[in-house]
Amino acid sequence: MSKMVATREAYGKALVELGKSNSQVVVLDADLSKSTKTADFAAVFPERFINIGIAEQNLIGTAAGLATTGKIPFASTFAVFATGRAFEQIRNSVAYTNLNVKIAATHAGITVGEDGGSHQSVEDIAIMRVLPNMTVFVPADEAETAGAIKAAAEIDGPVYIRLGRLGVPRVHGEDFRFSPGKGVVLREGKDAAIVAAGIMVSMALEAADILSGQGIEARVISMHTIKPLDEEIILSAARETGALVTAEEHSVIGGLGGAVCEAVGQSCPVPVKRVGLRDVFGESGKPADLLVKYGLTPEAIVIAVKEAISLKS
Amino acid sequence: MDSKEIQELSSRAYIIRTDIIRMLGTCGSGHPGGSLSAADIVAALYFKVMRIDPKNPKDPARDRFVLSKGHAAPVLYAALAQKGFFPAEELATLRSLGSRLQGHPDMKKLPGVEMSTGSLGQGLSAASGMALAGKMDKLDYRVYALLGDGEIQEGQIWEAAMSSAHYKLDNLTAFLDHNGMQIDGPTTEVMSPEPVADKWRAFGWDVQVIDGHSIKEILEAVEKAKAIKGKPQMIIAETVKGKGVSFMENKVGWHGVAPKPDEVEDALAQLVPYCFSAGGGVVYE
Ligand SMILES: Cc1ncc(C[n+]2csc(CCOP(=O)(O)OP(=O)(O)O)c2C)c(N)n1
Repeated sequence: MSKMVATREAYGKALVELGKSNSQVVVLDADLSKSTKTADFAAVFPERFINIGIAEQNLIGTAAGLATTGKIPFASTFAVFATGRAFEQIRNSVAYTNLNVKIAATHAGITVGEDGGSHQSVEDIAIMRVLPNMTVFVPADEAETAGAIKAAAEIDGPVYIRLGRLGVPRVHGEDFRFSPGKGVVLREGKDAAIVAAGIMVSMALEAADILSGQGIEARVISMHTIKPLDEEIILSAARETGALVTAEEHSVIGGLGGAVCEAVGQSCPVPVKRVGLRDVFGESGKPADLLVKYGLTPEAIVIAVKEAISLKS
Repeated sequence: MDSKEIQELSSRAYIIRTDIIRMLGTCGSGHPGGSLSAADIVAALYFKVMRIDPKNPKDPARDRFVLSKGHAAPVLYAALAQKGFFPAEELATLRSLGSRLQGHPDMKKLPGVEMSTGSLGQGLSAASGMALAGKMDKLDYRVYALLGDGEIQEGQIWEAAMSSAHYKLDNLTAFLDHNGMQIDGPTTEVMSPEPVADKWRAFGWDVQVIDGHSIKEILEAVEKAKAIKGKPQMIIAETVKGKGVSFMENKVGWHGVAPKPDEVEDALAQLVPYCFSAGGGVVYE
């Protein structure tokens, strides 16, 4: 098995690369640079690193101002604080203005672990996705993260990148090329399709293995871009398999599950089972225990796939 | 106040410190530095200053304490346990699945926690709301809040500073744990909040600056604060992050890292002698 790398670590590395090739890239943090890994960038490019202190609203507002001059700011803190505390600054100073600000938020989801519910963002995809002009990336591994960071710098406009604290396995081969707005079929299958993002992608692959042993072939799609959503890949999965399951480390309301339901509901209604947090906040605990308690496991995906298949008309 | 009482309170602060070290050692994560720096303030409040009754934790007339710097939860939990709000054995469950002792204080789970905190910058507003209600209801309770010197970089702190002075909340006393450090380094290097005393004064608060590890100075400052009319009061407590554990003192690296077993032993060896100091006697075992 490949070694586990957290997407935040891949972010730190990707930022340094980006800093070398693009002198307009500047990085901002709010007193969490060691955790978000922007410290990697700060170590190489101290003159292009700005620590704003514990002031997330000012973090986003300052990034907006930098963007008006042609700079490409990457602003980082934990997902709860980036999207929650500074939501209205993101809405009015970044999205409404369509400014070239990249919000790379780490420690998303319940795998934050012991810090508890106050620090576990389960709503950020929903509240970023709803904003006009915003692109939303939820990378699954280091390869998708590297691609998402590079793509974010190339997009002229606001981008939200959701990153995790825990190490995750690689789901892509060395030849993977990240293409924004395009889901990736990681495994073929005709009986159902699992559309997953973030840490749930590797679990979706495990679930597909288990299902295959039981005679059920499930397609697995990594949906690293939640917005703009790759409707084509979802609608073909709906047409060709007739049963969908979504899997995300986020509320089942408003995130990937919500986006997929919106897409199929409008054009090709099929049953969709959503694996995610069922309208609850997280709590303190070891990440592995929390994943089990909140039903974010390959086994939970297996059950959801069977339920979705049983609902096929 | 007599020196015996001060000794006893200081001893309680050190017992709180040993509990902090044990709790973090057991669970393997958490924030020692800012918990240790606040132990004397919290001990003085819970064991001398505040009118609270663990048997009646929802008494409308009780004094209230809001730990605005919620990551220092262990210092609050240790004080609440010692005060009798819940069994001390429960301290060992800190941050584990199903525990009432969440990584950051949760008012819905644990009796004695007045406000859920953890997202910095929000606690002073809540304390201000509690103080406003006290004025409306003509209740004579007092509200205490503890802020971090990094935390006051949040804009919401200054919104609450302004509104508390505007509404003349003289029933509100805040402490600033002025240990000079945050996560990424010394506060003056990351984002200077200085000069803090002038800022709070300019916002209309009564300001005192004290040694935050002197129980005597803490108690005297609270007495002075209580006598102030028409203004909220800020007590700037000069403290040492990691206070009491030599290898943690003034070390930024000990903000959010738990001690390993040998470090726990080393720390306890340094702290325990102060728990049973002369005159204080054995107050807790
Ligand atoms: C809104 C928000 N932003 C960031 C954090 C992460 N964080 C936790 S503690 C801390 C530093 C706090 O420094 P300070 O207030 O000085 O506390 P102390 O040094 O006394 O522990 C930060 C940035 C948070 N909990 N809440």
